[in-house]
Amino acid sequence: MILKLVNFVRQYAIIVVLFALVIVFSILSPAFSTLNNAMNIVRQISMMSIVAVGFTFVLIGGGLDLSVGSQIAIMNVSVAFMIVNLGFNPILAVIIGIAMTTGIGWFNGFMITKTGIPPLIATLAMLTTLRGATYLISKGYPIYGIPDYLKVIGQGNIFNVIPIPGVIMVVVIAFGIILLNKTYIGRHFYALGSNTEATRLAGINIHFTRTATYTLLGFLTGIAGLVMLTRVGSGQPNIADGFELMVLTAVVLGGVSVNGGKGNIPGAIIGAAIIGVLNNGMSIIGANDYWQKVITGMVLFAVVVFDSMSRTKRKS
Amino acid sequence: MEMHTVQVSKSWGIYLLESKIGEERDMTNTVDNVLSIQNISKRYAGIQALDNISIDFQKGETHALVGENGAGKSTLIKIISGAEVPDSGKLVFNDQVFDKMTPHLAQCVGVATIYQEFNLFPTLSVAENIFMGDETLSNESSRLYHKKEYIMKAKKVLDSMNININPMELIENITIAKMQLVEIAKAIAKNAKILIMDEPTAPLSTNETEDLFKLIGHLKQQGVTIIYISHRLDELYRISDRVTVMRDGKKILTTKTEDITRHELICQMANRKVEEIDFKSTWEKGDVALETQELCGNGLKDISFSVHCGEILGIGGLLGAGRTELARILFGADKAESGKIFVHGNQVEIKTPKHAVSFGIAYVPEDRKHHGAILSLPINWNITLPILKRISKMGFLKKKEERIIVNTQKDNFLIKASTMSQSVESLSGGNQQKVVLAKWLASKPSILILDEPTRGVDVNAKQEIYQMIGEFARQGMAIIFISSEMDELLNISDRLMVLNEKRIVSFLEKNEFSQNKVLAMASGII
Repeated sequence: MILKLVNFVRQYAIIVVLFALVIVFSILSPAFSTLNNAMNIVRQISMMSIVAVGFTFVLIGGGLDLSVGSQIAIMNVSVAFMIVNLGFNPILAVIIGIAMTTGIGWFNGFMITKTGIPPLIATLAMLTTLRGATYLISKGYPIYGIPDYLKVIGQGNIFNVIPIPGVIMVVVIAFGIILLNKTYIGRHFYALGSNTEATRLAGINIHFTRTATYTLLGFLTGIAGLVMLTRVGSGQPNIADGFELMVLTAVVLGGVSVNGGKGNIPGAIIGAAIIGVLNNGMSIIGANDYWQKVITGMVLFAVVVFDSMSRTKRKS
Repeated sequence: MEMHTVQVSKSWGIYLLESKIGEERDMTNTVDNVLSIQNISKRYAGIQALDNISIDFQKGETHALVGENGAGKSTLIKIISGAEVPDSGKLVFNDQVFDKMTPHLAQCVGVATIYQEFNLFPTLSVAENIFMGDETLSNESSRLYHKKEYIMKAKKVLDSMNININPMELIENITIAKMQLVEIAKAIAKNAKILIMDEPTAPLSTNETEDLFKLIGHLKQQGVTIIYISHRLDELYRISDRVTVMRDGKKILTTKTEDITRHELICQMANRKVEEIDFKSTWEKGDVALETQELCGNGLKDISFSVHCGEILGIGGLLGAGRTELARILFGADKAESGKIFVHGNQVEIKTPKHAVSFGIAYVPEDRKHHGAILSLPINWNITLPILKRISKMGFLKKKEERIIVNTQKDNFLIKASTMSQSVESLSGGNQQKVVLAKWLASKPSILILDEPTRGVDVNAKQEIYQMIGEFARQGMAIIFISSEMDELLNISDRLMVLNEKRIVSFLEKNEFSQNKVLAMASGII
């Protein structure tokens, strides 16, 4: 039992970092450790966590997707454009929007498997293309006019306490954990990212498996996009700029390997929580935005160095 | 691959034969130890990897180091080459006494190690690789890099070894056998006195092995001491002067190779009686399980053959003869260009490994570490990988069923591991191979293709694997068995198909088997 606990802590050394941050901020500011602020953090990290689940699939499968921020942007602007300029039924527009990001994810996966372009390059091209298209659709201006009943998704609470984005996040996390641990598809993701050729020679359709990771990420990015759109209340062409790097930071913090085959959802979510707590805490104590970036970068660096050091120690 | 055959002057063979007698006489006169290791011990995580080992290595001898996986050979090599520090003991090079080595120090006293994984830079030339890290070349006049000089010097080294390799060729463009020669050239260029070779012949074909042996003979003449590790006993008897047997971290004995019989050697390594299995041809021909007609692709031409249920069809041939290429086509890993494949009488198209698996074909590839197992994943995940879909319901894994299958396979295949959730890379070579076999047998195949299934596997595990293969055949499986080790190929196979230059040369029935015949056919002489 104790051994299990020790193993758990070692595996999730990152939890310690999270708790340490919470304690430090609670001491520094009484405003931090309130229920209200906790729910605030949940609302802030919900989008990152939803995308982090899909991102974990892709990284475990040995891939990478830098286009998630742009996917959110084009989805937000397109949905707003369909509702406001084209007069679409808002629900239909949202469904089309999510279908669109799912399609983009599928296309990313398809291109990478069929042509063998490195995922970094393929999705970088997608990032730029989508962002440009977003400005084209919106002509560079925000599109206002999202109906109030949709805004409930991003801004509402259940029982006046629990934010709806938090609920969506929990459902997505549960979905991610079940898919990775309880289904054969999840097992195939790990195999694919660990050794592609050996996986193919085990009789597994690697094209399908790899495309599935990107498609799932696209779908989840669409969900996160919906939360973003309804939270902001308008289609902003410059929304979620740099979002992909924030998600990447979160999942890597959480122990998901960029080399594929390693990692899990709880780790990724804790990574997202650390970033959420850092940003929120520093805002509350009045640190400026620029410092937040510096600190986030340094925390990532410290955790990764620590992790790699403890790994080499275990090896020798 | 076949385009780059290694060309080494054939005259060395004669040199070697002539020189061996003279040299041994020399050695009895003056015992000249270049290296003696004295009372070396090393503990790892509670295991005594080396226990008070003392061995003398004499100048110009080929000293074989044998033992099962885990006997401590690798640790010993690491200590000699400075990769590990011993807990106690001394290393004496000529007269210099050290209590530990560092990689740099080892290089200074003339130790060079050729590991199974080469330390070469694939995108640099042969010459650049040979002199990598050797700063004397650029120090002479300036720190600038003299390409011409590198190439000239590399050529000199290669010529002195009688090796025909273009020094300007990039490493990624040469064969594995040539890479190994470049590694040796690297050592020679650094004036190595002690050359340690870890399973050097594992990736080589019969011809290439001969060339390597000639080179070893040549180096011996020049007074280089060779410490030679191999699981292939035939080789030891051919090239080694003395042999040291290790077991469980202890030195069991050191003796002249000619003074110990093969059987005795095996018993000493295993510390128990090991029966070398003789496969008697007891099989009854079943129906045809797999048949090909004029199969082409992957360079192969007009491959027509069939294998029956319960039959072990051996495939002989040199490296590059097309054995692995054939296996990969049959398994759908590479595409066939033309021809027909029949599985149990039905014509099928095998475009991907997935198709092959669905037709009941299993393939144990030759490259265990990259293609056979997924090393970083746990044993149990590896074993059920091909059958995950079969043991799932609506996509959800039936974990209980998975556990039962894994445990059955663990018992059937005698996999030695503390838990089935440990990663495959933590296992010894033999156990890794058993995991790969267990994985494919869990898919209950009717046709099993084995490509070099005993490569890098110790004596005991080898015998266990032979027994398993025999058992599969008795159960009615059709087995295609590819091996570069002539002994096991002749021993295990019921029938042989010999390939040369990507074509079938001929078929041999059990009563026609002979090593010479197969070699001659494989070399295209008959």
